[in-house]
Amino acid sequence: MTNRELAALAYELRKKTVDVIVGAKTGHIGGDMSVMDTLVMLYFKHMNVSPENKDDPNRDRFVLSKGHSVESYYTVLAEKGFFDFETYKNSFSRYGSEFIGHPHNTLPGVEMNSGSLGYGLPVCVGMALAGKMDGAAYRVYTVMGDGELAEGSVWEGAMAAGHYHLDNLCAVVDRNSLQISGETEDVMSHEPLADRFAAFGWHVIECDGNDMNSLDAAFTEAKETRGQPSVVIAHTIKGRGSSVMENQAPWHHKVPNAEEYARIQADLTSRKEAIENA
Amino acid sequence: MHKLPELSTVGNKIPNRQAICDTLMEAASADPSVVALCSDSRGSASMTPFFNAYPEQSIEVGIAEQNLVSISAGLASCGKKPYAFSPACFLSTRSYEQAKIDCAYSDTNVKLIGISGGVSYGALGMSHHSAQDIAALSAIPNMRVYLPSDRHQTRKLIQALLQDGKCAYVRVGRNPVEDIYSAEDCPFEMNRATVLGNTETPGVAIVACGEMVRPAIEAAKALEADGISACVVDMYCVKPLDKDAILALAPRVKGFVTVEEHAPFGGLGSMVSQVVAANFPRRVINLALPDAPVITGNSREVFDTYGLNAQGIIRAAKSL
Ligand SMILES: Cc1ncc(C[n+]2csc(CCOP(=O)(O)OP(=O)(O)O)c2C)c(N)n1
Ligand SMILES: [Mg+2]
Repeated sequence: MTNRELAALAYELRKKTVDVIVGAKTGHIGGDMSVMDTLVMLYFKHMNVSPENKDDPNRDRFVLSKGHSVESYYTVLAEKGFFDFETYKNSFSRYGSEFIGHPHNTLPGVEMNSGSLGYGLPVCVGMALAGKMDGAAYRVYTVMGDGELAEGSVWEGAMAAGHYHLDNLCAVVDRNSLQISGETEDVMSHEPLADRFAAFGWHVIECDGNDMNSLDAAFTEAKETRGQPSVVIAHTIKGRGSSVMENQAPWHHKVPNAEEYARIQADLTSRKEAIENA
Repeated sequence: MHKLPELSTVGNKIPNRQAICDTLMEAASADPSVVALCSDSRGSASMTPFFNAYPEQSIEVGIAEQNLVSISAGLASCGKKPYAFSPACFLSTRSYEQAKIDCAYSDTNVKLIGISGGVSYGALGMSHHSAQDIAALSAIPNMRVYLPSDRHQTRKLIQALLQDGKCAYVRVGRNPVEDIYSAEDCPFEMNRATVLGNTETPGVAIVACGEMVRPAIEAAKALEADGISACVVDMYCVKPLDKDAILALAPRVKGFVTVEEHAPFGGLGSMVSQVVAANFPRRVINLALPDAPVITGNSREVFDTYGLNAQGIIRAAKSL
């Protein structure tokens, strides 16, 4: 697929994700929308993982550290063929469902459970170390929220990854600059973020996390980097895709009402069509 | 002795967390050493009004629960009265060692407020459930554990905690709970259970805490109607457990039923069983969540699945 086709796919999957959230009356829509392009770029271009090789020890590993973006993650996994989208959509968060509101590794394609923030990176350090021990060629990816970076465990993991020169590890920060209580720089500031990672021994790549060409180049650069782990600081817009929710903290986990739903879907459709017709 | 309260089904839509905010705001206006701390949790803690009204007495630490508790301990050691708010799941496990070392062991005046406790977060799953907090926190020497049942009792509890200089863990749920008491009639004595109903000739004593007190009272009323006299022990003070209340009832009852929104080990049921077995053996049936991730669903669906409701309590009481 071309990057333009991937960008259109990301809008299509945003639409499906909104359907899941509205049907279940729950979900973390803002972070789902900001991270969608990253997930699509990883699963459809950069990562070597699919239902066919899901048990192969040489598959690439992915951990969604910001586990609350499970709705977009599951939509992408369903599109990849790991499970049926309709089953997921119709049972998500419902009584007795195996599709609970955070990633759960009894489902195909999910490596690790998450939901408590700050764990993805240290777990991925372990996966990357195992790869080095085994001389395996697989790569390890994780996506963190920017608010999540306040957890000390993130920096313990970052320190270890730098110490062990884990160039098979790539962390993504979904830098949407918002968390539940407002702007990250007001709640707990992270800048200068690039310098912080660099000081821990990381190769830092900044990119437009809602632009496929920019993401593509970032993950390519990470793959080519030797002797250091890479972090992609993906600058994104929380709620990306509709003016109803873009850049508004309350849309962290708001569920659209009927009118908002109609406007969001219309916005997503027109953005998708604009990409297709460009 | 207090009568089983009339249970109104209309009215309260105020979660206990909001009662905590209201009580602390009153205290903060008179006492600048009262400080609230949140970890990107002020909305879910209902503490936004406090943060807006008392910005000088509010501290945001970001998503960092370990930091939250250690910073609180440092504040307390310098004379502040910190109230640290975070979802009970993260507060009780992520910052467990901070609670043990910096609060309990160093004996600092930190009040840990675990919000959205138990299975309040429903379908968000086990990462968001706190079904081991009673066991974990109770096992720490010098830590107290409280699970108030309604907003009136929550208010009295916080008022009492404001008066003492030691650490404590308080767990409240996310959802509004129907009133059990009223503003005028809320019997409360610190570290003493509130015993409701027939304590002279009870056939069965139901011991409950937190959100389980309400179904316990419903069950007691239904049992009375069936000719089985029952009393309810509102054991909001899980630690220090009110042993006297239990032992006063032991000789008079056929047995006890304990009910809690917690794992089956190390919680209210374990503690009551220990006291009863050591002093006046009687049958004790423990109703609790299973030793497994709970079924996906909202808290009502979870409670109904595992018999943590009036029917489940009645069934257990009749089997004594
Ligand atoms: C350890 C932990 N603390 C608190 C939470 C509750 N929580 C869920 S999402 C969230 C905000 C996340 O913000 P951010 O990391 O910026 O994610 P995004 O903006 O991408 O949604 C919080 C505090 C949690 N899931 N885990
Ligand atoms: Mg964010």
